[in-house]
Amino acid sequence: MIVHLATLLMFQLAGEALSRGLGLIIPGPVLGMVFLLVFFILLPRAAAAIQPTALGLLSHLSLLFVPAGVGIVGHLDKLGADGMAILLAIVGSTGLAIVVGALVFVGLCRLTEKSQ
Amino acid sequence: MTGLPDIWTYLAQEPLLWLTATLIAYGVGDALFGLSGRKPYVNPVMIAVILLASLLWFARVPYATYFDGAQFVHFMLGPATVALAAPLYANLGKIKTSAIPMIGALVAGSVTAMLSALGIAYALGVRGEVLLSLAPKSVTAPVALGVSESIGGSPTLTAVLVILTGITGAVMATPLLNLMRIKNWQARGFAVGVASHGIGTARAFQVNETAGAFAGIGMGMNAVLTAIIAPILVRLFL
Repeated sequence: MIVHLATLLMFQLAGEALSRGLGLIIPGPVLGMVFLLVFFILLPRAAAAIQPTALGLLSHLSLLFVPAGVGIVGHLDKLGADGMAILLAIVGSTGLAIVVGALVFVGLCRLTEKSQ
Repeated sequence: MTGLPDIWTYLAQEPLLWLTATLIAYGVGDALFGLSGRKPYVNPVMIAVILLASLLWFARVPYATYFDGAQFVHFMLGPATVALAAPLYANLGKIKTSAIPMIGALVAGSVTAMLSALGIAYALGVRGEVLLSLAPKSVTAPVALGVSESIGGSPTLTAVLVILTGITGAVMATPLLNLMRIKNWQARGFAVGVASHGIGTARAFQVNETAGAFAGIGMGMNAVLTAIIAPILVRLFL
């Protein structure tokens, strides 16, 4: 458990170091995720060992957004006079993006299955 | 004997109280989510945020004091992002076979999210810095803030919009996709990850592990794509 957590932190550290060092726009943890995936592909035994800890952490992913969420409440007034327009834009665009994305995915799945 | 106000003064300054409060508030949210029969609009993050924000407001506790305790929870976002490699690895076979649908859905979802957000806000009279801050709202917070700054938006406002978008996506996704009768977990998860980043991904994991893994990929890919195309798309609205 401790070793697995340390592994996750080590990959995050490597990602942060590279992201900051090279001034990349991709955040360190995202790079760390890519490195860990490559590590798993090279060493499937490590993947089997770390899997339970990683999935355990991910099953509580929602909880981890709570502190940032509380922080935004104090900033809601920044939406100002445009508040209603912005909320409509967020609800409308998020709904549209989910529907369009999923439909394109399903459509392309059917096309690629047919051609095979 | 120490009086109650003194105990409160001590506790309100210590990390312990707000760390505990964060876990309890989320526990309450999660319990209500379970009691409701896992209804998507009973979102545990939203409930916990409302409970904690009300508590801070009533007790007149500044956010910085709260965050001293809550930062231990916030910190785990980093390792949790790295941990996304585990479900990705488990779904590697499915990912290899659906590369084309993923790329198509990524471009379609990402462009739709940005253009429709900018279009709706523009039509309703939003202009300038506030409009630009809206463009990167579908991507994970650290990337969104960087993009917002580079295109002339306000990073603070973008942070607010990112969280609102995440909660909106997490609440809307299941009813919307059921209405569209889309049953493919890969498609559902991927689209949610592209449109509403980590909060949407967390929701996808609650529903189905494959959906969660694909949401994680969608989130990661859109972070890169948005950073590249947001500066080009916003020119249409300047």
